[in-house]
Amino acid sequence: MKGTVGRLTRIFVINSVRILTLLLAVSVITFVLVSASPIDPVRQYIMGLGTAVSPEQRAEIEDYWGVNEPPVERYFGWMSELLKGNLGESALYRRPVADIIRERFLNSLALMLCAWVLSGGIGFTVGCVMGMYRDRLPDKILKKVCYVISSIPTFWLGLVFLLVFAVWLKWFPIGFSGPIGVLRDEVTIWEKLYHLILPAFTLSLMSFANIALHTRQKLADVLNSEYVLFARARGEGGWMILRRHGLRNILLPALTLQFASFAELFGGSVMAENVFSYPGLGSAVSAAGLNADVPLLLGVTLFSALFVAVGNMTANLLYGIIDPQIREVDG
Amino acid sequence: MEQKKETLLEIHDLSVSFRMYDHGLEQTELEVISDLYLTVYPGEIVAVAGSSGSGKSLLASAILGILPGNAAVHGHLHYKGQELTKERQERLRGTEIALVPQSVAFLDPLMKVGAQADGHRKPFPTDRRKKLFERLGLPDNTERLYPFQLSGGMARRVLVSTALLTDAELVIADEPTPGMSLEQALEALRMFREMADNGKAVILITHDIDLAVEFADRVAVFYAGTTVETALAPDFQKGPDALRHPYSQALWRALPQNGFTPIAGFQPYAGALPAGCLFAPRCPHKTEQCTNAVPPVREIRGGEVRCYYGA
Amino acid sequence: MRKVNRRTKVVILTVFMMVILIAIYAFGMLIPDDAAGSFLHAKQPPSLAHPFGTDALGRDLLLRTFKGMSVSMTVGTAASAISAVFAVFVGVAAAAGSKRVDAFINWVIDIVMGVPHTILVILISFAMGRGLKGLLVGIAATHWCSLARLIRGEVLQLRSMQYVAVSRKLGKSGRWILAHHLLPHLGPQFFVGLVLMFPHAILHEASVSFLGFGLPPEQPAIGMILSESMRYIGAGMWWPAVLPGLTLVLIVLLIDKLGDNLRMVMDPYSAQE
Repeated sequence: MKGTVGRLTRIFVINSVRILTLLLAVSVITFVLVSASPIDPVRQYIMGLGTAVSPEQRAEIEDYWGVNEPPVERYFGWMSELLKGNLGESALYRRPVADIIRERFLNSLALMLCAWVLSGGIGFTVGCVMGMYRDRLPDKILKKVCYVISSIPTFWLGLVFLLVFAVWLKWFPIGFSGPIGVLRDEVTIWEKLYHLILPAFTLSLMSFANIALHTRQKLADVLNSEYVLFARARGEGGWMILRRHGLRNILLPALTLQFASFAELFGGSVMAENVFSYPGLGSAVSAAGLNADVPLLLGVTLFSALFVAVGNMTANLLYGIIDPQIREVDG
Repeated sequence: MEQKKETLLEIHDLSVSFRMYDHGLEQTELEVISDLYLTVYPGEIVAVAGSSGSGKSLLASAILGILPGNAAVHGHLHYKGQELTKERQERLRGTEIALVPQSVAFLDPLMKVGAQADGHRKPFPTDRRKKLFERLGLPDNTERLYPFQLSGGMARRVLVSTALLTDAELVIADEPTPGMSLEQALEALRMFREMADNGKAVILITHDIDLAVEFADRVAVFYAGTTVETALAPDFQKGPDALRHPYSQALWRALPQNGFTPIAGFQPYAGALPAGCLFAPRCPHKTEQCTNAVPPVREIRGGEVRCYYGA
Repeated sequence: MRKVNRRTKVVILTVFMMVILIAIYAFGMLIPDDAAGSFLHAKQPPSLAHPFGTDALGRDLLLRTFKGMSVSMTVGTAASAISAVFAVFVGVAAAAGSKRVDAFINWVIDIVMGVPHTILVILISFAMGRGLKGLLVGIAATHWCSLARLIRGEVLQLRSMQYVAVSRKLGKSGRWILAHHLLPHLGPQFFVGLVLMFPHAILHEASVSFLGFGLPPEQPAIGMILSESMRYIGAGMWWPAVLPGLTLVLIVLLIDKLGDNLRMVMDPYSAQE
């Protein structure tokens, strides 16, 4: 088992270094993109103030933001503040970006986690059913469903759900993660959950097709393998084979894929949060983009890259722990 | 046919074909086993010999009913005097009929070896398995290893153990010995002999004729998906004159100690089989009759042969 | 014989689908930009006169939807074309260039895949000052990766082929080999990749305009129409949300199917599964 720990440490260190270089690159690219924008953040900021601003005041703001410094210096200024944990102040919300990210990420995390578990569960189950009934009617129907669903944009599905479940059936509220007019501290976990169901369901429906089709393929490979042939020769029946050999051999690839899909998950949550007016990072980042809130845009982008990277690293580590075949290759 | 009551397994006129899809929708039948016969009595080891592609492993799958879905089986398959139907196959495999597969690829790569040998039937035969592993010379920690950690010889012994742990009346061993040391191979074959002496039966699929002859009672020689001869094992030790089919004689001559003489020509592929006797194109004794119709099975000197001229 | 018939059938079906798509596109383009409505007809549910109903300004939603579809298809086509050309360029460079170039390109792909695409598009759109240019670059920038990887693999495989090695031995230049051996093989790959990318690009375009980062409101891309519909959904106006969205989904499915068929016609081996 010492080998396992050593190997995992190695994967962890290699991945950490990769994540750091990746984040550095993302920070530079993001900064360049934001700096290249013809949209003037100061003007947007002043417009947001809603009051007239004298040229002197404007110069003061520009000075405070460092707009007139050369970009390289500005980058290093931003970076050194970032390393101190200061992501700057959001022009839109007038609060530190770090606070906004922390608060909204919790909301987004709840949403993404629900959707992730749900889509993983549904996708894996559907994939197993498709694999077991390969090329028969249940498989054919489910495969069609998967293809159709992957052609539906998240936001439209969200709109339709909103229409059906919130407007017509009135089972769910139309938006916000808590009831309007109630103080944030008083929102109970149940009320939060209640507001979470519809967006989470929308988001999970969008991503289950991928995992289902992948699981179907993997299960088909397993069922065609010689060890399943031998299991059948020993008298194991279809579902017994799925339980004893199928799950064992396809669960890990499915889980890995699920961890590697954090980018799609985050991207999907941006859409879902906007449709359901859910106060997470996704609605914050689109608001930041629309209102030229540069610090928030930078912060969320960097954070999303970190989020995706953590997912990828988890996938790699998982592979290292569970798959003995990988052990041999490494060992 | 009055022997039918005593036979454990009786196969005749067996054919196996696969539906293949050429060019998208074009459907063709590919016959890989034809006119095959094999009889197994309790208490004996029947070796099935033949080069690769002669249908040896497919026979094992056909008996167990684990051929792929596009395969069609025709002919007579009787076990203990009763037809071996799909339902019976399902009930018998792993209990009365056990398979020893060819290679480590038949073990689940992600399941520890001990649990795999124990199988899925409860109660698990764990204590018996431990003793058996010991007898087969497998180290103590073997049960905790994954298949990829086994050496070739260890893997074979684990595979053999899966069959020995059942109370099977009939064991079909598909090339059980390659990769083992001679000693290990002898031990494994001795165990099969022991089983047979206790009234069970073993079909030993092999291309190692020497080893087969050493332990088997009879040898069935396969060629291009059919049985050309069933000989008594000692016949192979006596020499070509004791054998009944030109192919068996050629096989004998191809053995290292008998001159290593190769047979001219190739075994025909499924889908391109000649009419009449399948061996005719390579046969030194062929006549027009051979290419016209498949010769019937004849009993000669306690063995059986599918040849017009075999004597 | 049957094989030929089946292929012919697929070809006919493919041409038929293309004609439908082109017709939809042409129909949308012919609709004037401002199919003005009147407030007298505002917020009407679907009827014979207005099959998709009318929006809050009394504009006919059927016309607006098809106009929007054609705008989205234009953007989708342009973006996937840019993306596909870029992918070929990068893929060939990665496979045919030095190890360092290959490593660098893989690193860039890692970066692009490492940021959620929606966020990257928002960022690029912001950098380009929103509008058409931002939309095009944003969608193009996020779609080339998988095709580039595919082409890289293909080129690597081709390069190891014997006849390419023979050409090299014969002293043909790298560029000659590229032009005579590699590009002809990549043609079908490129085209199929392009068509398969197209529906994704359209969906992406719709998503981005839905968020408000797309074209200006005067050019009603399909995402914009759906975004506007959100405002009235609470009041039970279902048709501006449902019908244009359904049209979008159906057209995307049609293009998807077209891509599959094209692949079957051009590359029958890879289409088996």
